[in-house]
Amino acid sequence: MKKRKERIDRGIKARSADIFALSSYREMLYLLAPGAIPVIGLLCFAPLLSAYWKEVVISTAVYALLAISWDMLMGAGLLSLGQSLFFGIGSYIAGTLNYYWGVSPFLTIPIATLVGGALCMVLLLPVLRLRGIYFAMVTLVLPLMFARLVEATRIFGGTEGLTGLTPFPNQMTAFYVIAVALLCALFGFRRIMSSDYGLVIKAINDNDRSVMNAGINIYWYKAQVLFMGASVGCFAGAFVTHLDMFAGMPGFALDYSIMPVAAAVVGGTGTFAGPMLGAFILVPLSEMLRALGALRIVFYGLFLVIFVVGIPEGIFSYIQQKYHQLERWVEVE
Amino acid sequence: MKSESPLLKVSDLTKSFGGVMAVTGISFDLKEGELLGVIGPNGSGKTTLVNLITGFVKPVSGKVLYKGANITGKPPYKIVDLGISRTFQMVKPFYQLPAFKNLIVPLYSPRVKKLAGGKYGARDAVALDLLEEVGFERDARVSYKAASALPQGYLKRLELAKSIALRPDLIILDELFSGLSLAEVAGIVPIIEKLLSQGKTIIMIEHRLKELFRIADRIMVLNYGRKIAEGPAAEVMESDAVKEAYLGSEV
Repeated sequence: MKKRKERIDRGIKARSADIFALSSYREMLYLLAPGAIPVIGLLCFAPLLSAYWKEVVISTAVYALLAISWDMLMGAGLLSLGQSLFFGIGSYIAGTLNYYWGVSPFLTIPIATLVGGALCMVLLLPVLRLRGIYFAMVTLVLPLMFARLVEATRIFGGTEGLTGLTPFPNQMTAFYVIAVALLCALFGFRRIMSSDYGLVIKAINDNDRSVMNAGINIYWYKAQVLFMGASVGCFAGAFVTHLDMFAGMPGFALDYSIMPVAAAVVGGTGTFAGPMLGAFILVPLSEMLRALGALRIVFYGLFLVIFVVGIPEGIFSYIQQKYHQLERWVEVE
Repeated sequence: MKSESPLLKVSDLTKSFGGVMAVTGISFDLKEGELLGVIGPNGSGKTTLVNLITGFVKPVSGKVLYKGANITGKPPYKIVDLGISRTFQMVKPFYQLPAFKNLIVPLYSPRVKKLAGGKYGARDAVALDLLEEVGFERDARVSYKAASALPQGYLKRLELAKSIALRPDLIILDELFSGLSLAEVAGIVPIIEKLLSQGKTIIMIEHRLKELFRIADRIMVLNYGRKIAEGPAAEVMESDAVKEAYLGSEV
């Protein structure tokens, strides 16, 4: 009996992309396995970690959310260097509601997500016409401006911030809140972008004049993308506010702007899974290098350069390509 | 000709770019179902005229009336919504998307949704039909290829399909034939004739005069942003002003 190699996805690709007419459980496994990895990893394995590493996973998930939010904006051609704007505004909304009116975290977080998203959208509406680096500059400046505004006017606790906020009942609650939110954002955004609506958004990134010429108001679509992306960022900020029991100027810090971009670049943009994977490599890596003291940043920077030079398309895109090229032996008659 | 009043009425349209007069006081009427050819040397303001009508550029003065309503200075997406669609001289496909997916964008527009009566249907199937209409071979792989991999002839047809997908009443074709071979042009002419038979009104900006004169009802000639002649093809080409614009004045 002769044998030859055949790509596993061959039979699957030959059928329609939308209709899942699967012939065997193995094909089903081939299609579903990649999606199951983050779900099982986060919900089943991560809770088994020690309290310290669970803390690391929580903070990783926060950065992963910011990175996914960044990727969503990038999908419509909006390059954001100010993810901390969303983070800070979400943080202050949740903090204020809890500090002054004693609202429960389970209400402040959803409110901060929606109201914060809308507020950030309105803030950036006037600059939606800008593209690329011009839009990026505005997003970079806004959070720095807000931090100084809080400092100068001493509103919302000034430099002291709002302290003693209500924490989550326990670590496991916080863990599951952020894990479920991350998975919802990941699969939700992936689904949106694979629909016809997502196609229009990709097209805006590709050629906005051509989309205008197709009778579509691109600013309305960009505003919607901005709302979705900003909401996810605001959620991350509101979550951390209750985790740390503190809302303050550090919410507008540059870390929250730079890290998501680094994660997206390392992981691969435009897939949501890439930026998430990037965050899950970079944040724990930074933790592990803690023992090196001052040299930590040197090694961290070195890793970043190696990733970017070695796999410029991003780790996720690389893995995805290899996965699609997986082969199996089949018999030849 | 169904109605007495013109479908499009352009009056005294003027646009300057930093002191350079791109279009100066152009006026013309367009009746429903008519094909108007616009010709003129390079830089005579033809594409600017298209941009002014479709809202990509705002005029300094002058008016554009469409179906009796003033559409001057409205944004492009609103003008498309009213039923005017155009092609770009420099094709603007979505390079990352497969050819037929390029058509999902116009098919997703509010205008198409409205005309389809809120029924969203299978856009992919409609897109493939539209590609066949403009001469993509049925079931051929070319419809599924990324636009970045398509040759110029197909990109021009894709551009045409994108404007037809919007179910317009008035189509403006900006140098659709440029960069195409004689055979390719001959393949597209019947598509345009079919659009006319469906009652569409068409403005064609063209340098390929031979093909244009065969199908155009009327020709308008521009030079240095001004209208220098208008009328049936044969008549227009005999006028002294046109000869001078194209061949230069006698020494």
